[in-house]
Amino acid sequence: MYEIVERRMIVPNLHEFTVEAPEVAQSAQPGNFVIIRPDEYGERMPLSVADWDSEAGTVTSIFMQVGGSTSKLARLKPGDTIPTCAGPLGKETEIGRFGTVLCVGGCYGIGSIYPVARALKEAGNTVYTLLEARSSYLIYWEDKLEEVSDRVIKLTRDGTAGYKGHITRLGEILTLEKIKPNLIIVNGCTFLMMKTSKVTEPMGIKTIVNMNPIMIDGTGMCGVCRLTVAGKMKFACVDGPDFDGHEIDWEEFLKRRQTYNPEEVHPLRKSGCASHF
Amino acid sequence: MAKQIDYKRRHMPKQEPFERIKNFDEVALGYTEKLAVEEASRCLGCKKPFCIEGCPVAIDIPGFIKCIVEGDFATGVKKIKETNALPAVCGRVCPQEDQCEIKCVLGKKGEPVSIGRLERFLADWEAASGSTETPEIAPPTGKRIAIVGSGPAGITVANDLALLGHDVTVFEALHDAGGVLTYGIPEFRLPKAIVKREVEYVRSLGVKLYVDYIVGKTKTIDGILKEFDAVFVGAGAGLPWFMEIPGENLNGVYSANEYLTRCNLMKGFRFPEYDTPIKRPSNVAVFGGGNVAMDSARTALRLGADEVHIVYRRSRQELPARLEEVENAEEEGVIFDFLTLPVRLIGNKQGWLTELECLKMELGEPDDSGRRRPVPIEGSEFRMKADAVVCAIGNSPNPLIPMTTPGLEVGRRGNIVADEETGRTSRNGIWAGGDVVTGAATVISAMGAGRNAAKDIHKYLLNKKS
Repeated sequence: MYEIVERRMIVPNLHEFTVEAPEVAQSAQPGNFVIIRPDEYGERMPLSVADWDSEAGTVTSIFMQVGGSTSKLARLKPGDTIPTCAGPLGKETEIGRFGTVLCVGGCYGIGSIYPVARALKEAGNTVYTLLEARSSYLIYWEDKLEEVSDRVIKLTRDGTAGYKGHITRLGEILTLEKIKPNLIIVNGCTFLMMKTSKVTEPMGIKTIVNMNPIMIDGTGMCGVCRLTVAGKMKFACVDGPDFDGHEIDWEEFLKRRQTYNPEEVHPLRKSGCASHF
Repeated sequence: MAKQIDYKRRHMPKQEPFERIKNFDEVALGYTEKLAVEEASRCLGCKKPFCIEGCPVAIDIPGFIKCIVEGDFATGVKKIKETNALPAVCGRVCPQEDQCEIKCVLGKKGEPVSIGRLERFLADWEAASGSTETPEIAPPTGKRIAIVGSGPAGITVANDLALLGHDVTVFEALHDAGGVLTYGIPEFRLPKAIVKREVEYVRSLGVKLYVDYIVGKTKTIDGILKEFDAVFVGAGAGLPWFMEIPGENLNGVYSANEYLTRCNLMKGFRFPEYDTPIKRPSNVAVFGGGNVAMDSARTALRLGADEVHIVYRRSRQELPARLEEVENAEEEGVIFDFLTLPVRLIGNKQGWLTELECLKMELGEPDDSGRRRPVPIEGSEFRMKADAVVCAIGNSPNPLIPMTTPGLEVGRRGNIVADEETGRTSRNGIWAGGDVVTGAATVISAMGAGRNAAKDIHKYLLNKKS
C-alpha cells in the first residue's frame, strides 16, 4: 500500500497528487510515468511524473479529473492509501547540452515539464518555458518553473495572461521574444503536442513530445499503447513515451485515444442527483 | 489372473456448452473420487515408466497414481509436490497429450491414462481438505536470491530454493502474482482462486513477494545484485506481435495480451463493478491457432459476441492449440476459418474496424517446421464483417531487463540468452528461464527451466564464498 501525502486541487479540475513510494522516488527521471490504481477495483492509470523527493521518498503527479477513475483519485485525502504506485516507467527524456531549449507545458504537462526544464537547466542549457492554458486561472507552478527557466512565457486563449491565442502563434512569439531554440519539448494534452509539432515542422526545429496513450500494464506486455512513428509500430511504454513529434501519425493517435470515451464517463452518468435518494 | 486391461479413459464432467458460454466459471469440473479411483486403476504401473520421461519436471507419475488407487490421497499430493509446486495449475493447463500421456503404454492400443486429470484431482482434493502440508525446509543457508517475475518459472525457482533453505524474494511487476496464469489464462480454464492458492503455498515456505515492483525500472538488475547473491529472471512475455498488415491500429483491434489482460487481470468482464472497460463486440475474428487464440475466442463468446471466428492460415491438423481446447471451442460455437489469411483490416471514418479482407490458402510443400506450407490462392480475396480483431500470433520476450542490464547477452529476437541445461546467462550471478528466454511457450516448459536453474543456482551458492 502507498500512502497519499498530499492531494489538492491546484487549479480547477487539476489535482496535485503526492504519494509515498520510496523506491520509485529513488529511480525517477524526467519524462517517466507511474502506474496508479486508486483502489482494488480500479484501472491501472499512467500518470506523468511531475516531481519527486528521493530523500522523503515521495513522487508527485498532476492529473486532470475527467472520468470515473480520475474522480476516484480526486477523492483521496492525505493519509489514505492506494494499492498500486508502480514505476518509474518509460524511457527518460534525453537530457543533453542542446544550447537553447524551449519547454512547452499545458494542462497536466505544466507539471511534468518542470523536471525536464530543471534537468536541462542543470545540464547547462538556456531554458525558456512556455505555459499554455485556456485562461490565467489554469496556470500553476509558475514560481517553480521561474526558478529553473531563463524566462517563463505565458500564452492564454483568452489573453488573461501573457500572449493571447493558441500555440499556432508560436512562430510569432519566438520572433517577438527573440528565441531561437535548438530543441522544443512539449508535455500536455494530445492537441497541444500535435499542434506544436505541426507549427514547428516547417520551421525545422526538432520537437520532442511526451505521448499519453491508453495503457494497461505499462511494462511492455499488452501493446495497447502502440502508435505509428515514422511509419513503424512503436510502443509508448517501452519505446517512449518521448518521440519526435514530426514523425507521429497524429490522426490515428487521436482516434485510438478515444476508444473508451463512453466507458470513461460511464460512472459519472450514474451519479446524478436521483441516484442519491 | 492378469489384470484386465481397461483401454477407455473416464470422461471428466464439464459444464454444458449452452450453459458455460454465459459464464466465466470453470468449464471442466474435475473427477469425482469414484471416477478418479477408476481412472487411476487403469494404470499398469510399468516397471520402466515412460510417462515420467515425458514430464519436464519428472513427476513420479505411477507413484502418485498408485496412491489414488489405494485411496491415500495425502501421500499422492506429497509425491507430486516433491517435484511440482503447482499441481492444480499443471493438472489444468499442461499439454499432457504431448508430454506424459503420449508416452503411456495404454495409448498404443487405446486411450492413455488421464494423468493430468488425476494430478488435478489430487491438488483439488488437498485444497478442499483445507490442510496443506508444508514439506520439510532445509536449515537456513543465509544466501539471498532475487526472482524477477512470479509466473510459472519464477514460482518454481522460488519453491525449489526455499525448500533448500535459501532466503528468497520474488519481485512481480503487476499488482497480482502469477504472471501469465493471472493475466493470460482465463478464469474458465484456470480459476484465479487456484493461482492465488498456489502462490500462497509458495509464500508459506517463507518466500517474500513484492508486487508492483518492476525490476529493470524500479531498480535495475545491478542494483538488485548489490543486495542479493543471485538473480533469476523469469520476466515472461513482452510485446505482442501483429500481422504487419494495413489497419492494425484501428480501434477494435487488440493483441491477445491486451484483450486477455483486460478481462482476466483487470476483470473487465465485470465492468462497471471493476473500472477497466472491455468492449462487447458482435463479430469477432481471432488470428492464430494456439491456446491463446482459443482463450481469446472463448472469452469473446462469453462477453456476448454473436459470432466468433478463428482465422488460421493452415488447417485443423496444424493447430498448435491443445486438442481439448479446440474441441471446447468447437462445442461452444466458435467458427473455424481454416486456410484463411487476413491481408487487410478496413475501418470507418471514426477509425473503428468494420471489416477484414482475407485470402484463401491451399497447402503446398512442407516447410522448415515439417508442416505443409500454406500458399495463397490467387484471386480468392473475400471480405468478412468484424467489429473486433484479436491478434493471437505470439509475442517477443519482455524487453525491460535486456534494455537495462549492460553485458547481458540478448538473442536476435530480443530474448535473453541462457544455457538450456542450467539457465545461466552471459553474466555471472544471473540466471533466466521461461518465455523471456524462449519466447511464448508452455507453462510447464517454463517450470522445467525454473527447476534446472534452481539446481544450478543452489550449486553456485554452495560454492560461493560469502
